[in-house]
Amino acid sequence: MVAAALAGDMDTFPKYLLRNAERLGDHPAMRHKDFGIWQSWSWREQLEEIRRLALGLQALGLGKGDRIAVIGANRPRLYWTFAAAQSLGAVPVPVYADAVADEMAYVLDHAGVRFAVVQDQEQVDKIKSCAAKIPALTDVIYDEPRGLAGYPPQGLHAFSDIQATGAGRLAADPSLGRIWEDGIRAASGEDICVMLYTSGTTGRSKGVMVKAASAVRAAQDTVAFDRLTERDSVLAYLPLAWVGDHYLNYAQGYVAGLCMNCPESTDTVPQDLREIGPSFYFAPPRIFEQLLTSVTIRMEDAGWLKRKLFQHFIAVARRYGEPILEGRPVPLSGRLSYALGELVIYGPLKNVLGFSNIRVAYTAGEAIGQDLFSFFRSLGINLKQLYGQTEAFLYVTCQKDGSVRADTVGPAAPNVDIRISSDGEVQFRSPGMFSGYFQQEETTAEVMTDDGYVRTGDAGFFEPDGQLWIIDRAKDVGRLKGGALFAPKYIENTLKFFPDIKEAVAFGNGRDFCTAFLNIDLQAVGNWAERNNIPYASYQELAGHPEVAKIIAAHVDATNLRLSREPMMAGGQISRFLVLHKELDADDGELTRTLKVRRAFVAERYAPLIEALYDGLAEKYVETEMTFEDGRKGAVRATVRIHEARTHPAVAPPALEAAA
Amino acid sequence: MNVEAAPARAFAADDGVAPGGLLMDVRNVSLSFGGVKAVTDISFDVRKGEIRAIIGPNGAGKTSMLNVINGFYTPQKGTIVFRGHERRSMKPHHAVRQGIARTFQNVALFKGMSTLDNIMAGRSVLMNRNLIWQMLWHGPALAEEIEHREKVEEIIDFLEIEHIRRTPVGKLPYGLQKRVELGRALAMEPSLLLLDEPMAGMNLEEKEDMSRFIIEVNRQRGTTIALIEHDMGVVMDLSDRVVVLDYGKKIADGTPDAVKSDRHVIDAYLGVAH
Repeated sequence: MVAAALAGDMDTFPKYLLRNAERLGDHPAMRHKDFGIWQSWSWREQLEEIRRLALGLQALGLGKGDRIAVIGANRPRLYWTFAAAQSLGAVPVPVYADAVADEMAYVLDHAGVRFAVVQDQEQVDKIKSCAAKIPALTDVIYDEPRGLAGYPPQGLHAFSDIQATGAGRLAADPSLGRIWEDGIRAASGEDICVMLYTSGTTGRSKGVMVKAASAVRAAQDTVAFDRLTERDSVLAYLPLAWVGDHYLNYAQGYVAGLCMNCPESTDTVPQDLREIGPSFYFAPPRIFEQLLTSVTIRMEDAGWLKRKLFQHFIAVARRYGEPILEGRPVPLSGRLSYALGELVIYGPLKNVLGFSNIRVAYTAGEAIGQDLFSFFRSLGINLKQLYGQTEAFLYVTCQKDGSVRADTVGPAAPNVDIRISSDGEVQFRSPGMFSGYFQQEETTAEVMTDDGYVRTGDAGFFEPDGQLWIIDRAKDVGRLKGGALFAPKYIENTLKFFPDIKEAVAFGNGRDFCTAFLNIDLQAVGNWAERNNIPYASYQELAGHPEVAKIIAAHVDATNLRLSREPMMAGGQISRFLVLHKELDADDGELTRTLKVRRAFVAERYAPLIEALYDGLAEKYVETEMTFEDGRKGAVRATVRIHEARTHPAVAPPALEAAA
Repeated sequence: MNVEAAPARAFAADDGVAPGGLLMDVRNVSLSFGGVKAVTDISFDVRKGEIRAIIGPNGAGKTSMLNVINGFYTPQKGTIVFRGHERRSMKPHHAVRQGIARTFQNVALFKGMSTLDNIMAGRSVLMNRNLIWQMLWHGPALAEEIEHREKVEEIIDFLEIEHIRRTPVGKLPYGLQKRVELGRALAMEPSLLLLDEPMAGMNLEEKEDMSRFIIEVNRQRGTTIALIEHDMGVVMDLSDRVVVLDYGKKIADGTPDAVKSDRHVIDAYLGVAH
């Protein structure tokens, strides 16, 4: 009851920091694997770290309303920067660490940051290389000193020095600590607490401003929804700048008082996940796909006995796993088989994957295949779907335990209003919704309706059971010349459910028929090639191999068969396709930093190939520029073969109207 | 009066030579195998804190020279003065105790052992407890192991190989094996680090990484480095001074710029009409 009374006053994250330090004291708040050992900080220790940092930043001139960029991997010190900045009324702006210098400069300049806290030399170099484009930036603070010894010290500070300054000020005048706390208590929830830049699926990224009180309210709702407490733990491994990471780890972490774990490096995430065994987990479908692919590949290489055991018990899990998870009636024999399976297969498998302690897991961002989704759920992992947006500070819908489907994203999240506009667009109003795009009033006005709803830009409809079904981006949904519905995302996702296909881009709006670009999955197809003694030197060579084309053609055929069974989609079967000679890559601008295809960009870049798909040519020579990691450019040349695919007659009467 | 014995082994930071001072002096060294003269009357010096490159066309005697420094070969003529001590013949393990560590042209790691164990093996020369203690793995031996493990973790962190800590090195790609080998050499905390073609067979990205590590080892830890390398771009960028060998003879010695424009060097590399 005290908590409930307090909750009303709790409208910023630093207030939660003070309260957690008082309430949870020695409970772990943060862990980070460093030098091979998990280092940990209790809530009280975390408060002291942040206090020293905040006082140090204050001495540097950080104050109310200043923007401070946070760039790097998931490190405790970068997460502390969020709270330290917020405690001074400054606005943290997390930026994608893998953005190339130009992209980064655009965001830093647009946000008008005065300070940047970065992880290492790489980020310092990027900022220095385009310092002229970021006139407002005066000071850069780095976490890892390696390689920075010889740099001119002007405007460059070590994180530890800033904290030492803070500690020095505190030692000289102990009352500063209290004044700082009073400042936190007096702060208003109406101030902006974070600016999150969208990943820029369409055009330049925009700075989404979120008010502290909105952010806290949203987090309170979902923390209650999933019953998160200080006993929960998460592994913070998603990009720091993505709303999902900020919300699920930082916002929910502070509100619930749970323990956030930072991996040793991006390459060690699987091991770290296994060691930590978090109780709350989020991953985009892509990661679940990779996990399933690697499990499948390793089982194919396993001995006969193991393979048979695995196949048997996975079949048992497919039959009984989900009913048991959802508490539906299951015969005793089924329960016994499943219990044995848990002992022999599921338990050890979950342990290897780091999923042993998961109580709640979510996936979002893309559609997830039914088989893939069921596989993880049947192992006893409470995997659910949510639908969200940066503009909503994540949650718009989420599925309740026990009523979970693979094809929908769930009913509205707590206190969220959703409606479908007359032209089929999903619109919402939520506690966590943003207060506007930074310095883009016009764009804000375009996205907000007059009565205070946010346009998502996604087309969708409600199923009879109240769950929302997202069809596609509203502007991507089109029609073929014959009038059949063309929903590219739906077609692409159906294709991508095959482990061999990593990426797909469908075309067809205003055309006679539907076509697709495909990327093979180098891991899955590479393993197949190895087992079948097919030598290859590069992605390009493997992608162009005639045997690979046969496999992919079979997948496309199966996709068409599946589409033919969907009354709305039967007209959009793929008639011709090609396997691209290069992997779509975020460094070339073909994917966003969250790895979504930038459709318009790809269409423009590969225009000759699209024409070839519709010209009836059997092959086409192309040259494509590509960007290496260090920013230099090179070219890929290839002759891409184009394949015909068989289409199937629609099972139901074709070309039904869209549900909207 | 300080009567404590001098430390048994020298660490990179404390080998009694001031930065820029003479760390090693190779004087008139000649080495031959039967009638084949591998190196003839070679003299050069290595100063503390520098990156010194030894270059030359195939068969110029670079690796032989490194093997002489390392104590693997004993030269027929000439002497080597290392940290003020002159020596004529020496076994490789003596070289290690004096503070010389090296990597090999063809990676020479324990393939079945993990990255961690391989680097830990580099520490064995610094371990004081005897075999019996180490086998018991208790008390002082355990404390010592923990202390060494901390140093090894620093190296793992430095070389960014956390993700392969437990992977057997035989399973690693070549570029990473080279990095582990560098880690093992660093674990000895050498005064002089000898690198035999650290970038052979690497792709561009791996070369860039390796260059970064070499520069960092040199700058951050103050380790003196002598390296053999074929990639001219790398050599010229990395090293402070370069010795050029051809047919076992020294044909040039100086800064990268001076060496690049040296007539003899150009002839040796591009060939001349005889």
